[in-house]
Amino acid sequence: MNVFRHLTTPLLEQNPITVQILGLCSALAVSRSLEPALIMSAAVISVLLFSNLAVSLMRHLMPQSIRLILEVTIIASGVIVVDEFIKAYAPDISEVLSVFVGLIITNCIILGRAEAFAMQHGPLDSLADALGNGVGYAIILISVAAFRELAGNGSLLDVQILPLMDAGGWYRPNQLMLYAPSAFFIIGFLIWAIRSLRTGQSDAGMQPAAGTSERIADR
Amino acid sequence: MTDFINVMLYAMFVENLALVFLLGMCTYLAVSKRVETAIGLGVAVIAVQTLTVPLNNLIYQWVLAPGALSWAGLAAYDLSFLKLVVFIGVIAASVQILEVLMDRFSPVLHQTLGIYLPLLTVNCAILGGSLFMVQRDYDLIDSVAYGLGSGLGWAMAIVLFAAIRERLRYSNVPAGLEGLGLAFIVTGLLAFAFTGLTGLAVS
Repeated sequence: MNVFRHLTTPLLEQNPITVQILGLCSALAVSRSLEPALIMSAAVISVLLFSNLAVSLMRHLMPQSIRLILEVTIIASGVIVVDEFIKAYAPDISEVLSVFVGLIITNCIILGRAEAFAMQHGPLDSLADALGNGVGYAIILISVAAFRELAGNGSLLDVQILPLMDAGGWYRPNQLMLYAPSAFFIIGFLIWAIRSLRTGQSDAGMQPAAGTSERIADR
Repeated sequence: MTDFINVMLYAMFVENLALVFLLGMCTYLAVSKRVETAIGLGVAVIAVQTLTVPLNNLIYQWVLAPGALSWAGLAAYDLSFLKLVVFIGVIAASVQILEVLMDRFSPVLHQTLGIYLPLLTVNCAILGGSLFMVQRDYDLIDSVAYGLGSGLGWAMAIVLFAAIRERLRYSNVPAGLEGLGLAFIVTGLLAFAFTGLTGLAVS
């Protein structure tokens, strides 16, 4: 039962991006079209599962004073494997994602979950938490990317959905969506929508992120 | 010299890490409620970025790049896959050393900047700077310029944003949008202003 709760709360109620404001960099930067967003989500979920499991298994062995360095090293090893894997099997996507796969290391969701959850919980709970947070991240990333690709190019996964005006159709693509700043607007409006629907989530939601930062500052 | 200034201006305005590549956003949104703290964090980013990008450049050129170990007679090795873990280690170590040195030689500075330094280990702008340096094949001089420029650009972005946010506190915003939601939209507008700087260069 507990495992199930760890799995479901991060999906919306404690969503890492819109509520805890963690892991934004990549969410904003790779959301221009759907395909890289899907690969990025898969990469983040696998790294998160690996790091939460490893940290949780080793939590009694890690000395308090150097735990952050150890956690970062575990995460970095996971990211290297994923990075090489993407380079080998999806070289085109790897070009598009450029440095952002490497930047999963500094994605605050991963260190945040390792620090805030896996250090105190067993492997099974930690895996559930990792999956929940990873999917919560993926939901936002994929919906932003789908919206941007559809509005900016009239396509989804490179398949034309809305016929473009250039090609004799009726849809005039919205160039704004192809620029990086549009991701901010979309997430801004998304947060507005979520908070208007669920009134409990006002700025109290800023707390967990601040907590992570303070915890790191305490080192 | 023009090259140096161009790389720096380019990193600062045209490819601003915060507003164009959207790096370091977690810290950017969390530590921008007051201008003074934003300035403190900005200065820390400039210091760490100017230090770590050239340092990582040296390590990459002499140890990690394909064939870089030829000075040790090991030309066949390619250790570039280790760059992620090495760079993050260098960053964490530099941050720690900088903190200790500051504490020893300038306690006042340590009191104002010290709390921000550990945050920078997990700031993607810092690691991102080093990764972009590798991707673009910068040499040592270029990477000093890039480190300085990108640090200055990030600092400028967060100070501008904090100043806007201080004013926003007195404005009347629809419920649900206030705080985080509005912060995103304001950053988006700020980022748009920066797209206008594309093509900036000194000849």
